[in-house]
Amino acid sequence: MELTRAIVLAAEAVGAGLAMIAGIGPGVGQGFAAGKAAEAVGRQPEAKGDVTTTMLLGCAVAESTGIYSLIIALLLLFMHPFASALN
Amino acid sequence: MNIDVHGPKILFEIPILGGIRVSETIVNMWIIMAVITLICFFLGRNLKVKNPSKRQLVAEKAVIMITNMVTGVMGKRNAHWAPYIGTLLLLSAFSSLSSLTGLRPPTADLNTTLGWALVTFVMIQATKIKYHGVGGWLKGFADPVVVMTPMNIISELATPISMSFRHFGNIAAGLVITSLIYGSLAALSGAVLGWIPVLGDIPLFQVGLPAFLSIYFDLFTSCLQAYIFCMLTMVFVSNAQE
Repeated sequence: MELTRAIVLAAEAVGAGLAMIAGIGPGVGQGFAAGKAAEAVGRQPEAKGDVTTTMLLGCAVAESTGIYSLIIALLLLFMHPFASALN
Repeated sequence: MNIDVHGPKILFEIPILGGIRVSETIVNMWIIMAVITLICFFLGRNLKVKNPSKRQLVAEKAVIMITNMVTGVMGKRNAHWAPYIGTLLLLSAFSSLSSLTGLRPPTADLNTTLGWALVTFVMIQATKIKYHGVGGWLKGFADPVVVMTPMNIISELATPISMSFRHFGNIAAGLVITSLIYGSLAALSGAVLGWIPVLGDIPLFQVGLPAFLSIYFDLFTSCLQAYIFCMLTMVFVSNAQE
């Protein structure tokens, strides 16, 4: 029983790490958005305010998938759903 | 090394209706509400048309900024949304910024953000019904073809979930990362300075360094998430009118 619990806890830790691989996606996406925003500001410096606002909004929406994986990782790390199902 | 990451503690229980548990989140929210009420009371006193005081100018500037933000996104006809959006912005920003004072931010609890997101969800649906009628609202689900109905329902239901998770996730991640950094800095200073008699017991590396992280996680993320939550509410509600 002790061993089972240890294996489940280890698997939860590994799973939390694997879940955070999803952080790659928002990173690439937000970097792309920021790059395009920099281009737009370079082309039209007077529209800097609007461009920044739009970029931040887009970045926040692009971040959703990363946040979902973060929620999964937090659940696995602190709630221990599978280890508590053993008892 | 002791890293202390936990959910909001239950502080006390109100013994009616089978016991209502009052958590840290709710008490901190009361504190923040009191602070905002005091600020509003302080800024809104003795308003004058001629010779306005500095206080009044600050209040006017804030109101004009929020009204401009709302009319810029939602158009002139929706200026009456400014009070709600302004309240949401203030409450969200103050809740998240309260982590600067050492309180547990109420927005690091999914209940808070989910509550706000559900209010937004009801507003979106109510606006749709108001502008298109019940028939038009139901017909909107079968847009563009009837086969898409399940997808449309899922996308409607996903709106509050994604909004609440985004706000909660950002603030909670800041909380978790800050606690991890504090724990590891304590361990590091114990390992490096542990051999000095008195100095070794004090986690010296915790001084100063977390402040730079705090600029990002507390100041920047808090203000940005408050802004984004309000922005998304405005965009969704004004889209629902079309």
